[in-house]
Amino acid sequence: MTAEVFPIMRIGDTLLISLQGELDDATVLRIEDRLANEVARTGATGTLIDVSGLTIVDSFIARVLTRVVGMIRLLGSHAVIVGIQPAVAITLVELGVPMGHLHTALNAEQGMALLRRLRDHGDRAD
Amino acid sequence: MATELTDAEAVVITISAEADMILVRQMLRAAAQRIGLGLVDQTKIITAGSELARNILTYATGSRGTVRIEEVRARGRKGVRATFTDEGPGIPDIEQALTDGFSTNRSLGLGLPGARRLSDEMTITSAPGSGTTVVIVKWAR
Repeated sequence: MTAEVFPIMRIGDTLLISLQGELDDATVLRIEDRLANEVARTGATGTLIDVSGLTIVDSFIARVLTRVVGMIRLLGSHAVIVGIQPAVAITLVELGVPMGHLHTALNAEQGMALLRRLRDHGDRAD
Repeated sequence: MATELTDAEAVVITISAEADMILVRQMLRAAAQRIGLGLVDQTKIITAGSELARNILTYATGSRGTVRIEEVRARGRKGVRATFTDEGPGIPDIEQALTDGFSTNRSLGLGLPGARRLSDEMTITSAPGSGTTVVIVKWAR
């Protein structure tokens, strides 16, 4: 049903992917794979993962997002999750998904600013 | 306090493939919107349903089960009730399965305990070898 391909855009040395609609597990895993490969291929120093178009993030989707952020870190780059909807944030906290260690920002603009600080100062930027 | 069905038609969905999880989410959203659940409560019950549907795909025999989605009423309030049933191996220790971080498949182990926190009511009926039924309810405020 969702054979959707989410384009990965490149803005300078930053990658941006916007996730939308209903994600099934296979789609989430494909996105994880493509993002990690794209960071390695392009040498991007930062990645914004925009989830503002997701109305549901369950524990599986959250776990894969957390994992891809970790992979990108291992590649020597940074990733920021932006645009988590308030209802999704409330639900994730109640669900108990550990996401507190992730870099997050309210929107893409603040995410770009956070990426700049991460590039300049590493993990102590926020 | 008796919980009654409303006149709205129940929806029964067979869960046997990943794509069915999306249908479960969509049908839960439709029911939640019909009874007037707020956005946060809609998100909670859909997410709880997504966790329980994934449990069926992960644990049930033949990765197969059903969900029945109904609108219910009690004490003048409307609610959404979703009943997830499978013929799987059953849960030997329900208390353990409801513990955060307990998992038999290396997941985060948040499925059942998370679904319970996101629902207003949850009951589990299960015994080894006789399948599992999980019922969740979310009430409109």
